Amino acid sequence: MKTNTLKTNLRQYTMMLMLVIIIIFFQVLTGGRLLLPMNVNNLVNQNAYVVILAVGMLICILTGGNIDLSVGSVVCLVSAFAGQMIIVMKWNPYLSILLCLLIGALLGVWQGFWIAYIKIPAFIVTLSGMLVFRGLALLILNGLTLAPFPDAFKQFSTGSFLSGVGKVPLMGMELNPVSLISGVLIVVVYWAYTLLTRASKKRKGYQVEGTLPLLVKLAIISLVVIGFFYILSKWRGVPSVLIIIGLLLLVYSYLTTNTVMGRHIYAIGGNEKAARLSGVKTNKLIFLAYVNMGFLAGLAGLAFAGRVDSAYPGAGQSFELDAIGACYVGGASAYGGVGTVGGALVGALIFGILNNGMSLMGINSNLQQVVKGLVLLGAVAFDVVGKMNIASGFRLGRKIKPTIVIGK
Amino acid sequence: MSQTILRMNSITKEFPGVKALDNVNISVNEGEIHAIVGENGAGKSTLMNVLSGVYPHGNYQGEIIYAGEQCQFRSMKDSEKKGIVIIHQELALVPYLSIAENMFLGNEQGSPWKIDWDETNKKSTEYMKVVGLHENPRTLIKDIGMGKQQLVEIAKALAKDVKLLILDEPTSSLNESDAKKLLDLLIHFKQEKGITSILISHKLNEIAYCADKITIIRDGQSIETLDNNQGDVTEERIIRGMVGRELKNRYPQREHQIGDVGFEIKDWTVYHPQYGDRKVVDHVSLKVHHGEVVGIAGLIGAGRTELAMSVFGRAYGSRISGSLYKDGQERHYGSISDAIADGLAYVTEDRKGNGIILSNSVKHNLSLARPEFISHRGILDKDKETQLTKEYREKLSIKASSVEQQVDNLSGGNQQKVLVGKWIFAQPDVLLMDEPTRGVDVGAKYEIYQIINELIAQGKSVIMISSELPELLGMCDRIYVMNESRVIAEFARGSVSQEDIMASIMKDSKGEISA
Repeated sequence: MKTNTLKTNLRQYTMMLMLVIIIIFFQVLTGGRLLLPMNVNNLVNQNAYVVILAVGMLICILTGGNIDLSVGSVVCLVSAFAGQMIIVMKWNPYLSILLCLLIGALLGVWQGFWIAYIKIPAFIVTLSGMLVFRGLALLILNGLTLAPFPDAFKQFSTGSFLSGVGKVPLMGMELNPVSLISGVLIVVVYWAYTLLTRASKKRKGYQVEGTLPLLVKLAIISLVVIGFFYILSKWRGVPSVLIIIGLLLLVYSYLTTNTVMGRHIYAIGGNEKAARLSGVKTNKLIFLAYVNMGFLAGLAGLAFAGRVDSAYPGAGQSFELDAIGACYVGGASAYGGVGTVGGALVGALIFGILNNGMSLMGINSNLQQVVKGLVLLGAVAFDVVGKMNIASGFRLGRKIKPTIVIGK
Repeated sequence: MSQTILRMNSITKEFPGVKALDNVNISVNEGEIHAIVGENGAGKSTLMNVLSGVYPHGNYQGEIIYAGEQCQFRSMKDSEKKGIVIIHQELALVPYLSIAENMFLGNEQGSPWKIDWDETNKKSTEYMKVVGLHENPRTLIKDIGMGKQQLVEIAKALAKDVKLLILDEPTSSLNESDAKKLLDLLIHFKQEKGITSILISHKLNEIAYCADKITIIRDGQSIETLDNNQGDVTEERIIRGMVGRELKNRYPQREHQIGDVGFEIKDWTVYHPQYGDRKVVDHVSLKVHHGEVVGIAGLIGAGRTELAMSVFGRAYGSRISGSLYKDGQERHYGSISDAIADGLAYVTEDRKGNGIILSNSVKHNLSLARPEFISHRGILDKDKETQLTKEYREKLSIKASSVEQQVDNLSGGNQQKVLVGKWIFAQPDVLLMDEPTRGVDVGAKYEIYQIINELIAQGKSVIMISSELPELLGMCDRIYVMNESRVIAEFARGSVSQEDIMASIMKDSKGEISA
């Protein structure tokens, strides 16, 4: 048990450590501009769509390394629909948002059908989708940009939660109370949840983790959360899109780790034939993974359209690569069955901070791509080489003990 | 008497947990056809892989003396240089390349930077003539039949200047006339070119037809070598050598208390899912009582796995017809989950391919088939899962550091116990067990037999498919024999010997080739 949990935890910690190092690195190199309240707010808004896409992409990848190349085009097509409905046809923004999400899901139904039931490789189906959906978007937009969106639409993507409250003087500073209260509330709920489940486990006689590691973990997480919301409170408070992302992350982590459906998704990626012979409805779940991806790509499309305040033909270009890259950097296996929602989030943050930090430093955008590409390769190579080393009992040039095979 | 071309001395090859070859000795004379026979898993293919360098030198113990020199092959390339060519049971041809391209694959004519296609096609035509194949060298492999593909493999071997040809079950997928043609070709090579052949086969009539010497391998040991030219080697004699081990408490005792019929298959017919006109199960009827182990014997490809999988919620096959009865009531399973929910379990023969999920933990594997036992309305109760799977781990004595351990770190025997455990966790009434002890050592086998006996004591019904006859005789109350998609015989416990079962299969297969 020890070696195994340590090994999996080590991977997660490595990713988080990498994130922390990157944050400190850019914080120093940008002379502290990275963590300025305005920039943190920007980071959230800029990366919202990558996180949303990465969560959907993770589910697809978990089912067996199936990626979705079409999400960038879905983002563009859905934002084009939104522009057409809201700006041109002056429909109700809320109704239009619902319709756009539905359209995203329907695009997922289309692709999921070919992938899950007709058994066409996901790579090909979504490559086709990439072309088809962008083409349709161009037809709708007629090659033009639609702008601007009404405020009612934008409030979800660039607005702040309870923005009417504004700032109040606190401890000699102008701070947003909504943000501070949110931070404290999250920490309290987290403590309560952790301690209550621990107590209930103890009562039922199950094993629980030690008190000291638990307290250290709780303290670190509390500090990070409070610090983050403190920084946000110095600017415009809690961005609305952060709430959407937070809810998504909660729902999808729960789904992947605590439900039968989540368990089945991992099983399919681990060994589809074995899962099928164990009664898992493999086709249905792969289908649903793509419907879900379409839905989330639609959501990302809306968030993106709101942020850039327009629907334009080039929207969503190469978003699919950011999302796929985030999953792999975050520890998902290219063959499926391995990966976590938290990992995808960390991967997306690593990419987001790389982008943002390099832009703040004024690094040429062409060079930025080179760096991102190398980070992706480096992160995955680190993982693959690490596994190889364990298999052959060899690590970075020096011998280590091979992992012990239990039994005969 | 011709001289010895090959001598393999005290070859021992171990896989983790299993001794596949144990001190095997074999000696082959130049210009003879030497047959190697033995049960499935006796170690024939392993021995040939050692010889041809698939398992490189140092990976096994013992020595190989070929043409007077000691050989230490590091790869197949090395053995091919010496003129040893192996043709595997599953052909190594590329379907979308032409006959000529396949024949010279890895042995391309011309220079590495400029393949000489004229030479390639000319030579391939010559070699095809030698093996009696009349095709255009540019024809794609996928467009010619299995028999002709086998001939292409042999021509490919000839192109490598073969001196010792090893054929692993070359006729297993051929029809009668193609098989005869192939064996005649081997005899022709022996007489005209002095090529030595080693032939691995299950078909004793073929061996009687063409072999000069017959070496019998059993449980990874070479038992004896018979001289077929003396004319007194009967099939019964070979069978006795193949199966003739003593059974000394290899199977745990149990009480035989057989109840009512628990599960019945009637008139079950299944067609191949891709080749819709090929019957893979042909009007099979069988039944199993509560507290009874029923065995299904037969050669690989007899349709046993196809039968079990098609019964198990139509996991295999097309145009399935026939009826199923559980406790006397007819059942229709539309999907695998239907079958599981009704108390059926299928323990697959292919552990890694479609049995367990290597990247998952022991507990996730154990609970996979019946998540409803550890969840409520689709929400997992992970504490309960840990608790329950721990109990199963102990009950099955799975040697893992904990239920959190990933199964690819376990030994083969323990992985097999996880696979069996998954289905015991599912609490089935009827277990279809397909080669439940494949690839595990004697100790783990015994433990799996004990698990089966416990299930039987609870009144469950077990259908056990096995290619190991002693296992069927040791464990089963009744044994059905399948051959070529049909049930051809049924034997009761105590009244049957391994020879009887083998003979029934051989008799049924007779006429495949007339010697």
